Amino acid sequence: MSRILEVRGLRAFYGPIQALFDLDFHVGEGGVSALLGANGAGKTTTLRALSGLIRRQGDIRLSGKPIGALSTEAIARLGVAHVPDGRGTFTDLTVEENLRLGAYVRSDRNAVRRDFDRMFDYFPRLAERRRQQAGTLSGGEQQMLAISRALLMRPALLMLDEPSFGLAPMVVAEIFRILAAINRDEGVSMLIVEQNASLALDLADHAVLIETGRAAMSGPSQTLRTDDAVRRAYLGY
Amino acid sequence: MNEFLHQLASGLALGGVYAIMALALVMIYQATQLVNFAQGEMAMFSTYFAWKLTDLGWPYWRAFMVTVVVSFLGGVAIERIVVRPFAKAPVLASVIVFIGLALIFNALAGWIYGYSVTDFPTPFDGPPWFGQRYMSAHESGSVLVSLCVLMLVYAFFRFTPLGLAMRAAAQNPTSSRLVGIRVGWMLAIGWGLAAAIGAIAGMMAAPIVYLDPNMMAGVLLYAFAGAVLGGIDNPFGAAFGGFAVGVLENLMGAYVVGSEVKLSVALAIIVGVLVWRPSGLFGRRLVARV
Repeated sequence: MSRILEVRGLRAFYGPIQALFDLDFHVGEGGVSALLGANGAGKTTTLRALSGLIRRQGDIRLSGKPIGALSTEAIARLGVAHVPDGRGTFTDLTVEENLRLGAYVRSDRNAVRRDFDRMFDYFPRLAERRRQQAGTLSGGEQQMLAISRALLMRPALLMLDEPSFGLAPMVVAEIFRILAAINRDEGVSMLIVEQNASLALDLADHAVLIETGRAAMSGPSQTLRTDDAVRRAYLGY
Repeated sequence: MNEFLHQLASGLALGGVYAIMALALVMIYQATQLVNFAQGEMAMFSTYFAWKLTDLGWPYWRAFMVTVVVSFLGGVAIERIVVRPFAKAPVLASVIVFIGLALIFNALAGWIYGYSVTDFPTPFDGPPWFGQRYMSAHESGSVLVSLCVLMLVYAFFRFTPLGLAMRAAAQNPTSSRLVGIRVGWMLAIGWGLAAAIGAIAGMMAAPIVYLDPNMMAGVLLYAFAGAVLGGIDNPFGAAFGGFAVGVLENLMGAYVVGSEVKLSVALAIIVGVLVWRPSGLFGRRLVARV
């Protein structure tokens, strides 16, 4: 499998504090990689570093093209859609305006209209709330909105930061079912950060376990799932 | 009664100028949470530029359009060159930069054009419109221009992708960058628009208050009072506040405090609103979620 994202020796910094230490991992073309780890291990930091939201060093390649020195805007325009932690909703704008922002850099109007309809098929509740102020949506709806907004960018790589955070189990199940469908039917490659390791390993084909800013283990999901240490620490059985 | 209506009408004319100046202030405030104290002097400088063009014999509307475009570009340039380096500086540093800008434009105008008070032409000459006696042709035209500006700005922000991107960038810069919006440029365009709107305000005010390097000091203060009255985070509120302050100022000047001290009306409004209703009439009260 060729690789959509290849990361080697990723280091990241919050001011003078180094938060990531020589992280290596990849996302396969059309595949799903998961970043697992405890609170504060550096999962969110990894996504922020990839998007250029914080200072980072190392070799980051999107489809072979180095993106490690580009601005956040430029990386987004190259097709990296980042659903940030906290969902990044434009709370004062309507649901529809939030979605239009996802398609902001696209000029293929007809395709955008079709993509809108597709998002409303995946998430019918967004269609019902089209004209509603996005800040009034429930947490689950805002997560659906954030995912739709990101997909409207027609991304080469979708990066999701804890899509299950703060949501009821039924809503989480629905969102992960739809993510799996999007990956399967549309071939969107994904990099997903999750606390809920079991959910993430179900979706992912590849996983990286991060501990205090370092890759403690990486490999096919199946390998991590059956590892005793991972099972005890993160899967809880 | 006639006198009262007359005062009311001229209040509306200047109120329109305050309204669009207030709108320019709000535009920059929403994106940066800063009040541009140089807005008035920038507008004054634009007005001198327009005056120079008409003085060279240009037809009024051509001078008007060119001034608006040049002011837009000037506003963009000021943001890029002067304001941008202080984007991450403390608030006070930015305030000092704005005050510095105001002084520079004031001194430049005096140096280039002199300090004598000058007439400024109006395109709305002739007898009052619609056969009424309360409002001169220029006052009516000025209100009309103000309303057009308000409508155009509304349409721009409401209906165009660029307007939407600017609102998004003001509200959530990080999310905006993550969808590919060049947030830095949105700020620069905001400055450009504010400068262009200020230029129009200056050109509408100049025939009434006459052209001199200090012409906009009072106007900016009233505009600021209007913005605070309506709610500085709400464009509609600010525009309404501008009109309200214009009318109030005129009526108070004519009937209550006299025209010598009517500028203090603006200060009284600012202080009163900040004490009784800090978010303004239409502003949103900020409630922090802990």
